[in-house]
Amino acid sequence: MGIRTTNKENMYRSPLGAGGNQFLIFVKKECLHIWRDKRTLFILIVMPVVQILLYGFALTNEVKNAKIAIFDQSRDEATMVISDRIAASRYFDLIKNVHSYKDVEATFREGKIRLAVVFPLGFRNDLLHTNHAQIQLIADATDPNTANMLTNYATAIINDYQQSITQNQQLPYSIKTQVRMLYNPELKGAYSFVPGVMALVLMLVCAMMTSISIVREKEIGTMEVILVSPLKPFRIIIAKTIPYLMVSMLNIASILLLSVYVLDVPIAGSLGLLIAESVLFTITSLSVGILISNTAKTQQNAQFTSLMSLFLPTLLFSGFLFPVENMPLPLQVISNIVPAKWYYIIVKSVMIKGLGFTAIWKETLILMGMTMVLLGISIKNFKIRLA
Amino acid sequence: MIADKKNIDLIDSSGNKAAKAITVENIVKTYTVKKTVVDALKGISFAVEKGEIFGIIGPDGAGKTSLFRILTTLLLADSGKATVDGYDVVKDYKAIRNRVGYMPGKFSLYQDLSIQENLEFFATIFNTSIEENYDMIKEIYQQIEPFKTRKAGQLSGGMKQKLALCCALIHKPSVLFLDEPTTGVDAVSRKEFWEMLHQLKLQGITILVSTPYMDEAGLCDRVALIQKGVILSINTPKGITGEFGKPLWSVKANEMFHLMNSIKADPEVESCYPFGQYHHVVFKSQENVKEKLERIAREGNYTGFEVHAIEPNIEDCFMALMNTHNP
Repeated sequence: MGIRTTNKENMYRSPLGAGGNQFLIFVKKECLHIWRDKRTLFILIVMPVVQILLYGFALTNEVKNAKIAIFDQSRDEATMVISDRIAASRYFDLIKNVHSYKDVEATFREGKIRLAVVFPLGFRNDLLHTNHAQIQLIADATDPNTANMLTNYATAIINDYQQSITQNQQLPYSIKTQVRMLYNPELKGAYSFVPGVMALVLMLVCAMMTSISIVREKEIGTMEVILVSPLKPFRIIIAKTIPYLMVSMLNIASILLLSVYVLDVPIAGSLGLLIAESVLFTITSLSVGILISNTAKTQQNAQFTSLMSLFLPTLLFSGFLFPVENMPLPLQVISNIVPAKWYYIIVKSVMIKGLGFTAIWKETLILMGMTMVLLGISIKNFKIRLA
Repeated sequence: MIADKKNIDLIDSSGNKAAKAITVENIVKTYTVKKTVVDALKGISFAVEKGEIFGIIGPDGAGKTSLFRILTTLLLADSGKATVDGYDVVKDYKAIRNRVGYMPGKFSLYQDLSIQENLEFFATIFNTSIEENYDMIKEIYQQIEPFKTRKAGQLSGGMKQKLALCCALIHKPSVLFLDEPTTGVDAVSRKEFWEMLHQLKLQGITILVSTPYMDEAGLCDRVALIQKGVILSINTPKGITGEFGKPLWSVKANEMFHLMNSIKADPEVESCYPFGQYHHVVFKSQENVKEKLERIAREGNYTGFEVHAIEPNIEDCFMALMNTHNP
């Protein structure tokens, strides 16, 4: 870095053409700013790691060892087997056998259990003689997703039992559904949040940090001096973004390493394609940052605008936390202008599903178009004067 | 770069504008702050000769910074024309940015970079190097060179000013714009700073410098006194004090506050301002002025009374001009 010229002969002939030296020293200066602000650097590097680990281990929405109670009024061979199977499952943890509906309700009220399994009187009899038996699953639906999942797990275990007792008899017209969970057979949460965290981190690091660093120059007054120099505004912008591009690459690397080696999420598709798409999204985020810096007057202002206009939409509309398909139509339309949504789709396709470029060319094209428009607007609006 | 030089030579030989380093014609600038329109510059005009130290003297809010930003192509004027080194500040802003040095009022260097890194950065973005133009900044840089690895944020006010001046000079500008370079700098550093400016003048650089300190006016070749967006007077410092016209009296007593009231109560008195330990007094008619003052002192029983006839300084002139413009 820093090509030094000592004589006039080669002064205007740097390898990058006229202004190449200016550009390099500007990038070097930006790197020094980042390097010397150790606290911010630490946050930039550590934030993605913490996020991945948090989502991976603490904020998981998988259900394991959910506490349940069983109210068995029948106490026959069939109910025993089903109870055993449920209790043995890694999803459930039988903590109590209750003896009345009152007990069931009381245990729910105490918040001790999330699911109760109720066998009616004469369960096996009903099953053998009428071919119809009922089991009641009572779930704590204050958390609807968990309730849904728990009842599904329990139903699956019960169906399994049903199949095992009917396998020797050929029932007429029986339809069996066979479910296969594609791409993520174990239904791991990590498969969906790793792409989400990547989108979030890139958006935040690039857009917020670039806008802050440009606005900082305005705030401390150095922008005045830089503008009154032969340096072209376009080069100032590009030079500002390069160090953050490098930090982002570092973040992508750390996220991918963590997800592969710590969370056991493999990269199913091409690593090169994944990185190329990430660079594209990084550039999108950087242009958003430049756009914000054009209007923001203070660093706080830039930070606030970035958070409000990027963090929340990325979180809400990328499909990372809430499925976009379930949103009302107007929100679905809005979600289309959130770049993170497209990047999220791309990363999921490449990293999790292992698809190639042919599967994501549309999303890539949309992202490219957005980048062009954003970059165009932000460079056109970049003020060559102060006001 | 080469094309630029040819261009200016052409204007030089044919035109009159290039003969001046800076021309300003009827520049008007207004700001809209919360729906009220503030006039920063109300149609000011002046011209600066090449190689001159031209001072813009006026209090805070006079419009000095707006003027500097218009001339350094950072702001657009509402109306009026201005040229720097023969180039139009609007049309040829790129050419101007290539050839001027600018030191804004706020200390505008990177606090987290060292002296050397700052200087190297500004040298490089102006397509030059420290080595190449070392002779330009040598005198000034030598004073701060021992601390060259120190961060700019840790420097004293005087050293910061020196570094900022070095950064503004490193590319041999033809015109140097210094916006309040001595504000917030101690008296010794201020004196040194002005000595440096005179050194630079010897190298043929035109310097436009603004200051709120009236005592610095005398160090300029010519000054423009500016107040509330209007130029009150343009002249050499001697010329300005020469314009004062009326004899000026300086009076002193132990009871300064009461003395001021007594003097102002006299219908013969035109003006009376406090100036440090003295009051400066001007009378409407000039007969027996000393006797009148002594009578006031006697009648008020003032102790330690002194009265001297003095030469007016720039500040006296500024006060007088302010009165005639805003009666």
